[in-house]
Amino acid sequence: MQPENRETPRDLAALDVVRRYGDVIALDGASIQVAAGQTLALVGESGSGKTTLLRCFNRMVEPDAGRVEVGGVDVRCQPAIALRRRLGYVPQDGGLLPHWRVLRNVALVPTLRGMPEPDVAAAKALDLVGMSVSSFGGRFPYELSGGQRQRVALARALAARPGVILLDEPFGALDAITRSELHEAFENARREFPVTMLLVTHDLAEAARLADEIAVMRAGRVEQRGSMTELHTSPSTEYVASLIERALATSAQLKRV
Amino acid sequence: MTAGMTLRMRCLAVLAMFLPLATTQPQQLQRPDINGSASNRGRPVVVASKPFGESYLLCEMFAQLLEAHGIAVTRRPGLGATEVAFAALSRDAIDVYPEYTGTGLLVILHDSLTDSIARDPRAVYQHVARVSTARYGVRWLPPLGFQNTYAIAVQRATADRYHIRTLSDLAREGSHLLAGFTPDFIGRADGLPGLARVYGLHLGEVRPLAPAVKYQALAASAVDVVDGYSTDGLLARYDLVTLVDDRHFFPPYEAAALVSRRLTLQDPDAIATLTLLSDRLNETTMRELNRRVEVDGEDVHRVAADALAQLGLVHGRIANTESSTRTNNVGFLRYLWQRRTQIGALTLRHLFLVATALTAAVLIAIPLGLGLERARAVAEPAVRLLGAIQTVPSIAMLAFMIPLLGIGTAPALVALWLYALYPIARNTFTGVRDADPAAVEAAEALGTTPSQRLLMVRLPLAAPVIMAGVRTAAVITVGAATLAAFIGAGGLGEPIVAGLALADTRMILSGALPAAALALAVDGALALVERALTPAFRAPTRR
Repeated sequence: MQPENRETPRDLAALDVVRRYGDVIALDGASIQVAAGQTLALVGESGSGKTTLLRCFNRMVEPDAGRVEVGGVDVRCQPAIALRRRLGYVPQDGGLLPHWRVLRNVALVPTLRGMPEPDVAAAKALDLVGMSVSSFGGRFPYELSGGQRQRVALARALAARPGVILLDEPFGALDAITRSELHEAFENARREFPVTMLLVTHDLAEAARLADEIAVMRAGRVEQRGSMTELHTSPSTEYVASLIERALATSAQLKRV
Repeated sequence: MTAGMTLRMRCLAVLAMFLPLATTQPQQLQRPDINGSASNRGRPVVVASKPFGESYLLCEMFAQLLEAHGIAVTRRPGLGATEVAFAALSRDAIDVYPEYTGTGLLVILHDSLTDSIARDPRAVYQHVARVSTARYGVRWLPPLGFQNTYAIAVQRATADRYHIRTLSDLAREGSHLLAGFTPDFIGRADGLPGLARVYGLHLGEVRPLAPAVKYQALAASAVDVVDGYSTDGLLARYDLVTLVDDRHFFPPYEAAALVSRRLTLQDPDAIATLTLLSDRLNETTMRELNRRVEVDGEDVHRVAADALAQLGLVHGRIANTESSTRTNNVGFLRYLWQRRTQIGALTLRHLFLVATALTAAVLIAIPLGLGLERARAVAEPAVRLLGAIQTVPSIAMLAFMIPLLGIGTAPALVALWLYALYPIARNTFTGVRDADPAAVEAAEALGTTPSQRLLMVRLPLAAPVIMAGVRTAAVITVGAATLAAFIGAGGLGEPIVAGLALADTRMILSGALPAAALALAVDGALALVERALTPAFRAPTRR
């Protein structure tokens, strides 16, 4: 599983990033770092800035101030289109092209990058997320379940073998069982294909299961960063403590049932 | 031919190609044995008319008279209105049409004369003829011998109740009365605006009415006052009172052949032939001939042939009066069946106009709509501008085309093309702008260029919306193309315009029904294209 490109970016960094939308401050000096091969989950309430921060890395959002680096290079020095083709991306609703069949959807980025045999790369990626090309490759997105669509979106992000994948609440719209199946597929894919990941989610349990570390965001800043255990044992603020408490209370209730 | 005529000649060449299709009546046999020597002309003499019964009739008389003298003729009856017909004549796109001196004075030359001259028909004719030639190079042949002035008419009962006999009386009682005037009369300087100025006439209400229905509307008391022509065949039929123009507002309207510069310079034989009709007609004769056409519904060609024969201008072709009464009791379906060849040809011609204009509109409007999606700042104003074109009345649009393109196919196609642009450009722009935002956004985040997104994502997703715009444009174009008849482009509008002018419902329907069927057929065909163009996907339902 060696990268085809020596320059495949592997790590992410954001430093004091500020982004305003009119009077609304979406990011107010947010900073994170994700080392190569690591998975970092960004958690927080709606409006805490986690999606905005994620989108700074593929230049879908341009910061007003601060510095954003991909592979140690300021993103402003990297052409946006070339940068995006080197970063995997999974949006919440999959964002599959409805008029393209599954295989063509998955082959999109390899095709854009002019890689040889994009269909072969697409087939491998589908395999990685547990979908066989023979059963699903020829289907249109509307012929798939919500979970299958998200698997295809994940395969599309993996197909060009990027060093980094950005996931924006990829399992947010799914029911609990499907979500759990997707978590398994996600972990399998990661084992087969190690990659740096930035995962936006509002579900702490999901973050705890999939990520190495969690960054809690609030009001456009990172409140605290650490493993689930660290956040639990030594929360740096009241907010983090209450967030963890509530998540634990919910799962404790579930265990009692 | 002068060098400057190339564009016009090209238009005419195109026109000539479709001539067999556009001619509603059987071709008259030419008689090459008479005056065959004069046939080294550039083209047949184009004989035209305005869209009302008497104009059709005189046009047909001109045409038959020329043919009887071995001169080849192209008929272009029913041209829009004075502006259209005169613009065509002054550009040599047509060669002759019947016009009236009063109209020439007020509508064409926009002149006013001192009262003493204005009341003298001879003086008006001489003035109009001199100025027209000086200004436009066209020539008024000596008058045909009758006047057809405006006649403001009321029902006898109305005249008696309000004691109305003159236009001054009408001005006095006007506020109680409801008028039904032709749009032409409402608009032109020698019509309602002039009456309002000279007589202080202010009517209770003025409704625009088509010439074909105005007398029926008056007889049915749906309106109290109408405008007519003094030679109308219908004035006598309904026992109407024609009001006296006591302040001599209306100038003399002497009928005459108005001929083009081209004909004057190149075809003295044709001029001489047309002059044979000068001073040969009178009001009584015309009222009788008009009655046969408008009231009895006789065929214009037959009435014209009879009139020429009675005048001794055409020999050996006196129509059999027995068979000349129109087959009024023939069923409508049989009427259509008898005209199947002409209707088929007109339908093909119509389809040609629609298909050409629509194809050109698609080729321009879709790239335009796509371009506007990339230039959002100017998109909305640009689309609105195209929408504004849509609001230009069709007749006005066609009239604007004449100074640029003459009459016939070219201006009709350009006008139809302009009308078709808006729905296609609007739907293309809106369709690509609003294409599945999640898919477009994902495609962007995965590294597609803006043009890749346009071609690979937005355009295919917008295809059904774009096709809906094309279908709208197609139906609009089929309808608008019926108006192409007003500038001599032929098509199914020809029987509609002629039928309206001659108050012949069956003739109107013989154009209107095929046009409606054509609209349905074109829309149906495009529905099939739409199905073929739309990939077998449904946009996934979200939320």
